[in-house]
Amino acid sequence: MDLHELEAIGEREQAQRTRLRILCCAAAGCQASGALELKRRLETVLTAAGKLADIDVTPVGCMGLCGHGPLVRLEPSGEMFERVTPADAEEIVAALEGRPCTVTRCDRQHPFFARQFPIVLRHCGQINPERIEDYIAVGGYRTLYHVIHEMTPTEVIAAITRSGLRGRGGAGYPTGLKWATVAKSPGERKFVVCNADEGDPGAFMDRSILESDPHLVLEGMAIAAYAVGAEQGFIYVRGEYPLAIERLQKAIVQARRFGLLGAQIFESGFNFRIDIRVGAGAFVCGEETALIASIEGRRGQPRPRPPYPAESGLWGMPTLINNVETFANVTAIIEHGPEWFSSIGSNRSKGTKVFALTGKVRNTGLIEVPMGITLREIVEEIGGGTPDGTPVKAVQTGGPSGGCIPASLFDTPVDYESLAAVGSIMGSGGMVVMDEHTNMVDVARFYMEFCKDESCGKCIPCRVGTVQLFNMLTKLRNRQAHARDLDKIEELCDLMRETSLCGLGQSAPNPVLSTLHYFRHEYEELIGAEGDHGS
Amino acid sequence: MAAKTLTIDGHLVSARPGETLLAAIRDAGITIPTLCHLDGLSEVGACRLCLVEIEGQRRLQPACMTMVSEGMVVHTNTPRLQSYRRQIIELLFAERNHVCAVCVASGNCELQRLAGMVGMDHVRYEYLSPNYPVDISHPRFGIDHNRCVLCTRCVRACDEIEGVHTWDVAGRGVNAHVITDLNQPWGTSTTCTSCGKCQLACPTGAIFPRGVTVGERPHASERIALIVEARKQRW
Repeated sequence: MDLHELEAIGEREQAQRTRLRILCCAAAGCQASGALELKRRLETVLTAAGKLADIDVTPVGCMGLCGHGPLVRLEPSGEMFERVTPADAEEIVAALEGRPCTVTRCDRQHPFFARQFPIVLRHCGQINPERIEDYIAVGGYRTLYHVIHEMTPTEVIAAITRSGLRGRGGAGYPTGLKWATVAKSPGERKFVVCNADEGDPGAFMDRSILESDPHLVLEGMAIAAYAVGAEQGFIYVRGEYPLAIERLQKAIVQARRFGLLGAQIFESGFNFRIDIRVGAGAFVCGEETALIASIEGRRGQPRPRPPYPAESGLWGMPTLINNVETFANVTAIIEHGPEWFSSIGSNRSKGTKVFALTGKVRNTGLIEVPMGITLREIVEEIGGGTPDGTPVKAVQTGGPSGGCIPASLFDTPVDYESLAAVGSIMGSGGMVVMDEHTNMVDVARFYMEFCKDESCGKCIPCRVGTVQLFNMLTKLRNRQAHARDLDKIEELCDLMRETSLCGLGQSAPNPVLSTLHYFRHEYEELIGAEGDHGS
Repeated sequence: MAAKTLTIDGHLVSARPGETLLAAIRDAGITIPTLCHLDGLSEVGACRLCLVEIEGQRRLQPACMTMVSEGMVVHTNTPRLQSYRRQIIELLFAERNHVCAVCVASGNCELQRLAGMVGMDHVRYEYLSPNYPVDISHPRFGIDHNRCVLCTRCVRACDEIEGVHTWDVAGRGVNAHVITDLNQPWGTSTTCTSCGKCQLACPTGAIFPRGVTVGERPHASERIALIVEARKQRW
C-alpha cells in the first residue's frame, strides 16, 4: 500500500457512491430501539420499488441524539429524522424524493447540533464503521502515511505536546509528556495500549467512538506506536461492549489486509500489530496498573505507582496507555497542526471533550463540545433542560470518582481545573443531569454501592471502607443514623481518600463529599428525628 | 553506587541504594506497623499500615514499596498517620470475626499485636459479622476464613517460596477470599505439598496446623525469611 493506492481507493469509493443515500444509525443505542429492523424495512421498500440500485441504505455510527433514536439522515439534503419506526420506511423514501413526509424531523439548527464542535466525532454518523473504504474515502490513514514518511518520532511527539492535548480518561495528564516518557524510557520492547474499559455509570463515549469510527482509534494508536517506538498494541475493551468488539475486530482485519497494520506499513520499516483483549467485567481494570495485570493474565488488581507504566508496564516494558478518546484526537492534531488544536478550548484545557449526556435531560445523547463551555450551556441549551420542565438540581460528572455540581455553579467552565475546584472531576465524560426530585443521599449511596461492588479487595481502606460507608448511608436513608454518624462518614472519607492504594478507592468518597458539601441539609434532614431521640 | 543519606523522623540515617524505605526505617531502630509485609516475600503494598509522609510528595507512600533516595525527608509517626493506622485496624476488626476473647490465636496474633501497637481499644464501625466457613478437609492444616485479613502472605509464600501457587484470591471487594486450587476444599487440592509455609506466614492463625491449638504454637512467621536466607547460602 502506498499513498497513490490509498487515494485511488478513496476516489473509487466516492465515484461508486449513489447520489441519494439513506444513512441509518446502527450504533448500540439505536439498534436497541429497532434500527436494524428499520434498515431491513427500508431495503425491502426500495427493492419493491426497484430503486435499490439508485439509493443506498448505509448503516452508520452514532448521530448523537441517542434518546430520540432510531435516527435516519438523508444525503445529500442532510435532513434528519428521529424516532423512525419500520412503519415509517415508505415515508422516509418519499422524503428522499422530495415528497411530503410526516415523520418527525430533527431541528439541525437546535443548539444540540449547532453548539457542537466535532473533532473526535467528525466521522460518526457519516461513514459505515464496518468498511475501511468508507474511512479511507474521508481521508483516513493519510495522516499515518504522512507521519511515517515525512515526520520523525520526535516531531510527532513535539506536535502532540504543543497541541496541549491532555488525557481524556479523566485525570488530564499531558499526553505529549506521557509519549515522550515512553519514548525515552529504555526497554527491549515497548507497548501501546488503548484503554477502552469504560465503566462509569451513564458513560458511553468510548463505546460510541469504537462503534462509529474504529479506524480513527487504530490510526491514532499506530501514530503513537511510531512516535514511542512500539511494535505491539493492545486494545483493552470491556466485555459488555460486544458490538464495539465486533467492529474493532473487523477493523483490525481490514487494516491488516490493506497493509495499514502489520509488517512494513506503507512500505516502510515500521511494524505495528494490534490485538484485542476483552475485559471480564471488573471496573477496576480501567485503572492502568490493574489493566496491565489483566492483559498479562493475572488477577486484575492495581499495584502502587511509581513505577508508572510509562517506565515499567506490560511485562516490565515501557507502556503507553491512553484512553480511546485521546487516541481519537491524534490524527486531527497532526492533520490540522497543533496550533489549530490549541486554539480550541480554554487556557489549560485544549481541544474538545465528548460527553455522554444522560439523566433528567430532554436531549439524551453523545455530544462533543469545546472545553471552556459552561455547564449551563451544556445542560440547558444543548441538553434542553429537564423533559418536564422541573428545575435542574445538579449535574454529576466523572462517575463514581466525580462529584455533584449544584445548579448554582452552572456557570463553571468545563475544563480540568475548574471542575476540580468545585469538587468534581472532568472524568471520562459521563454527565448525569438530576432534577429537583432527586435525593442527593440516594445519589451518594448509589455511587458508593457501585464502588463497594467494584472494589478489588486488595487494600483495606477501599475494601472495608466502601462497605462501611455504604452501610452508614443506608442507615441514614432509613432514618436510623445519629448526628455523630455524619462525622464518622467524613472521617472515613478522608481515610479512604488519603490511604487507598489506587484511584478507585482514593476517589470513591468524592460523590459523598461533594453532596455533603453542597446538599448537607439533605443529610441533616434524615438524622433529625433520631438525633432528637438520642438527646 | 554510593549509600544514600536520608532524614527519618529528624534523624539522619544512611541506607543502601536499592533498599526499601521500610528497611531503612527499621535499621534506624524505628518500628512502624506492617501487616502484608513479611520478610522473605515480595511486597504488595496492600495493608496501607506502613504509609509514611515524605516531604515534597503529595500522597502518603507505603514504606515497604518506596525505594530510598538521597536527601529524602520522612515522617513515620505523625498524629495524622497514627489516626489513619488506628482506623485501618478498626476496619479490619469490623470486617470479619476477630473476637480475641474467644480466639485460640489470642496472644499469638499479629492483628491483636497491631491493635495494641496503634492504640486501637474499641471499634466504632459496625461489625459486618460475615458467616465464613472453616475448611478442615486437609489432613494436617485447616483454614478459618473468619480470621483471615486478606494480607495474601500465604498466597505469596506458596507461590514464591514453595513454588506451587495452591493459594490465590477469588471474589472482589469485601467478598474477596483466599482459595485453594480452583476454589475447592483444601483437602482435595492436587497441587498442595502440605509444606505448611502458608501456615507459617499467616499473621492471625486463620491458617492453622490441626491437632495443636494456636496457643501452643508460638508465632513463627520469621521462619519464612530464614528459609529464604538459607537457600541463598552458597558454600
